[in-house]
Amino acid sequence: MARLAFRMLLRDWRAGELRVLALALLLAAGSVSSVAFFADRIRQALTREAHQVLGADVLLSADHPWSAEFREAMARLGLRQAESVSFVSMARAGDEAQLAAVKAVSQGYPLRGKLRTAPGLNAADGDADGVPPGGSVWLDERMMAALKLKGGDAIELGRARLRVAAVLTLEPDRGVSFMNFAPRIMMRVEDLPATGLIQPQSRISYQLLAAGEREAVGRFEQWARARLGRGERIDSLENARPEVRAGLDRAQSFLGLAAMLSVVLSAVAVALGARRYTERHLDGYAVMRCMGAGQSRLFALFAWEFLFLALLASLAGCALGFLVQNVVAWWLASLVPGTLPQPGPAPLLQGAAAGLVLLLGFALPPLLQLKDVPALRVMRRDLGEVHRSAVAVYIAGLAAAFLLLRWQAGELKLAAYVFAGFLGAFVVFAAIAYAALRLAGRLGRAGSVSWRYGLASLMRRPRGNAVQIVAIAVGLTAVLLLTLIRADLLDAWRRRLPPDAPDRFLVNIQPEQRGALAEFFRRNGVAEPQAFPMVRARLVSVNGKPVSAEDFSDERAKRQIEREFNLTYLSALPPDNRVTEGAWFGARDMAGGALSVEHSIAERLGIRVGDRLEFLSAGRGFSAPVTSVRKLDWDSMRPNFFFIATPGLLQDLPASYVASFHAPAGDQRLTLRLSQAFPNLTVIDVGLVLRQVQAVMNQLIGAVQLVFLFALAAGVLVLYAALLATQDERTHEAAVMRALGARRAQVLSAQRAEFAVLGVIAGALGALGASAIGWVLATRIFELDFVWNAWIWLAGPALGLACVVVNAWAGARAALGRPPMAALREVV
Amino acid sequence: MPGEAVAIVGASGSGKSTLLGLLAGLDTPSSGAVRLDGTDLFALDEDGRAALRSRLLGFVFQSFQLLPALNALENVMLPLELAGDARAPGLAREMLARVGLAERLHHYPKTLSGGEQQRVALARAFVTRPKLLLADEPTGNLDAATGAGVIDLMFELNAEGGTTLLLVTHDEAIAGRCARRIRLVAGRIDGEARG
Repeated sequence: MARLAFRMLLRDWRAGELRVLALALLLAAGSVSSVAFFADRIRQALTREAHQVLGADVLLSADHPWSAEFREAMARLGLRQAESVSFVSMARAGDEAQLAAVKAVSQGYPLRGKLRTAPGLNAADGDADGVPPGGSVWLDERMMAALKLKGGDAIELGRARLRVAAVLTLEPDRGVSFMNFAPRIMMRVEDLPATGLIQPQSRISYQLLAAGEREAVGRFEQWARARLGRGERIDSLENARPEVRAGLDRAQSFLGLAAMLSVVLSAVAVALGARRYTERHLDGYAVMRCMGAGQSRLFALFAWEFLFLALLASLAGCALGFLVQNVVAWWLASLVPGTLPQPGPAPLLQGAAAGLVLLLGFALPPLLQLKDVPALRVMRRDLGEVHRSAVAVYIAGLAAAFLLLRWQAGELKLAAYVFAGFLGAFVVFAAIAYAALRLAGRLGRAGSVSWRYGLASLMRRPRGNAVQIVAIAVGLTAVLLLTLIRADLLDAWRRRLPPDAPDRFLVNIQPEQRGALAEFFRRNGVAEPQAFPMVRARLVSVNGKPVSAEDFSDERAKRQIEREFNLTYLSALPPDNRVTEGAWFGARDMAGGALSVEHSIAERLGIRVGDRLEFLSAGRGFSAPVTSVRKLDWDSMRPNFFFIATPGLLQDLPASYVASFHAPAGDQRLTLRLSQAFPNLTVIDVGLVLRQVQAVMNQLIGAVQLVFLFALAAGVLVLYAALLATQDERTHEAAVMRALGARRAQVLSAQRAEFAVLGVIAGALGALGASAIGWVLATRIFELDFVWNAWIWLAGPALGLACVVVNAWAGARAALGRPPMAALREVV
Repeated sequence: MPGEAVAIVGASGSGKSTLLGLLAGLDTPSSGAVRLDGTDLFALDEDGRAALRSRLLGFVFQSFQLLPALNALENVMLPLELAGDARAPGLAREMLARVGLAERLHHYPKTLSGGEQQRVALARAFVTRPKLLLADEPTGNLDAATGAGVIDLMFELNAEGGTTLLLVTHDEAIAGRCARRIRLVAGRIDGEARG
């Protein structure tokens, strides 16, 4: 049976019967796998880029030196390693003294990313070669300015005297953490003992950095997590830097979307190909039934043939996908920093599975319908047409498509939205297309013979044409979604991080300094930032039950519960915050005292609306009920607070203020003047970090655009498959018309009229669909402001026309290129 | 009678093709029974009837019904392949040579003339050595001269294989070559002639 099926496959292939279906499958597997291959590589590269922010793939931190077993485990797994020791100390040079954030690093640091240094202040910087040489230090610009140093000078740190070898201009792993506020001194870990600063009671952070093959890193992380003791923690991309993660998550959503569009478009192409195949095989099926082949045997024969087809076409598609992504990766090598890691084998599986699942879903139902084809069809051709409107038979196909969507998206919500969007579009499109065709038919009674004939032939099979319009409209929806709407979405995303986003944090502002600070800002032409009061407090009980780190298994929860939280008090909800549960403070809350908790911390600590929290601040306790849970925008770069209290609750407690502002471009010494004027104030320069985040985001956007190119190509190819589906019929019609004496030009213009109406309707529908999906994606998934694009209503119909005109040209050549008799005979 | 040639004649719509469909078990009767080689066709299920057809019947159709994706040789091999007969290529070649198409084995139906297509169809019908050949207006789509050639060939093959021939036609001349002629009018037998 399988052998016969394989022979049938070869024969059908040779006769050109399978080309549409095979092309569709090739495309399906090709687009899915190329997107998957490329997405896999980009994802790996992005992860690697994002790891620069850690300086490693995995970062271990502890308040005591790490035991040797961790280093040994790293070595055993073939990971590269480095270490650093961080602490805060005073640095001196001449008459100047400055609190410095000291970081002593080992050879090899950082494992991901590069330090940048300059030979002196205001000199051009470049990638640093290694770490500071023994006996020397690198200082950041603020440290240089604070100590009034120039290159070659020396500083004193503890008991050691160290030479300033370079100015540190970029430190990729320097985070926005409040602990990192002081200017930087970077030195060799080997020089530490000479300083005499490492004493048993000193507050020191010890870090171990590891980087290497993804698999080994994963294994190490797993190994290390199981052995973490008190005061030890592990940072990987998963739990570090919420703002970078938010960017990565959004980029992965976009990549998933691109891949999903390929899946939907391929499904349409496969459905069209399978229908064409079964329609062309109805007679053969009936003949074989006459020859005594049983239904189940024939079904098995076709099923085997399709299975072979799916396997071969999918494999070829995967090979194509691999080639294509390689070419694109090579082509775009200069845009993607570094070399892209090689893709894993998973995309291959994904491509093959896409081909198989789609063919099973969309070709099996028509195959099952073949069972209803009576053998008597050999004598009476009117019997046993496949019912085109049988939506039920496509349920399997829809299920298959959804399965693939779910797989590609990696999350149910996104998959469900895209699927519902396309399904809704199918139904709405079909209804509108049918109505539009009827309208066109009514309007088309006037005009030339060709025009009338063209419109009449549209009306002669309104259902079939409605189906075709839907197929083209879906393709155009994808194309428009990928071009105009995608650009709108990306713009909206970019706008979320405006170039004037705050880039300096001011911490430790004393209440009595607020007036002088406002005056300072006015003098320097900077808008006065909103200052938030900040009260440090420890969470001691929830609903009267004491809390401790042991109550939580989550590492971050443990850490957070051990530390003090920064609370603020406000009467109005901050602009980037959104209440998701409960309600913002009302009059009664203001009087009695209430708390609002950030969503993720509430989840992590298991806090719900209605819980009563008790805090301890500077020896004084206070408690209040939680009346709301908030989500906040980590992209905003404004001070964000896990806990907000009603003013009455905290007003009497000692507080400092925190604020953020955007430093005017070109005024690099503003920070220095600020710290000179307010020596107690900590100015955190997030400008560098912000630029890093923006650079990463730009890369993400670039990567997303690349991946969308594939889906765009898939969309265009589906248009071709959709138009090819009715080619037999059109070829036959053209032959009949010419047999009846129509001139070549008449046949052509009749077809043109038909195609023009078809294309414009499909294009308008595509514009409608793309706008609707774009709106849903923007508002429901990506939480962006959607801007309606007017151009789409011109571009859609124009594209629709262009697509069918190209096809009409190719199709008419096929129809008119041969003598009418040949065409007539072939289709009979 | 085995080896006998019977013609069913009648005007369009008299029920000739319906009768043929019933005899082949392609259609089901509202009442009555059809016995084929002693077996009651409608006591069997669809697959049982298919198996019986595979063993006993050959078909020739007015519109040839060659599979467009298969070349002449493959079309003739098909019934043998479906029955799992390993001798398919050899038998099919022989049969095509017998109908005079030894030179056109690898031609596709669309590149063959009508007469040639019907000869491929004859080869396909006879290659399984059927006991009964059902022919539905086999010359209906052919001109007179070509049609006569095909009919000659069909009777020759019929005689060589000892196959019983049941021929539906409205052509009295062709019917005249059959030993027995049954006339249908409005679905009923309206007379029978011999000789």
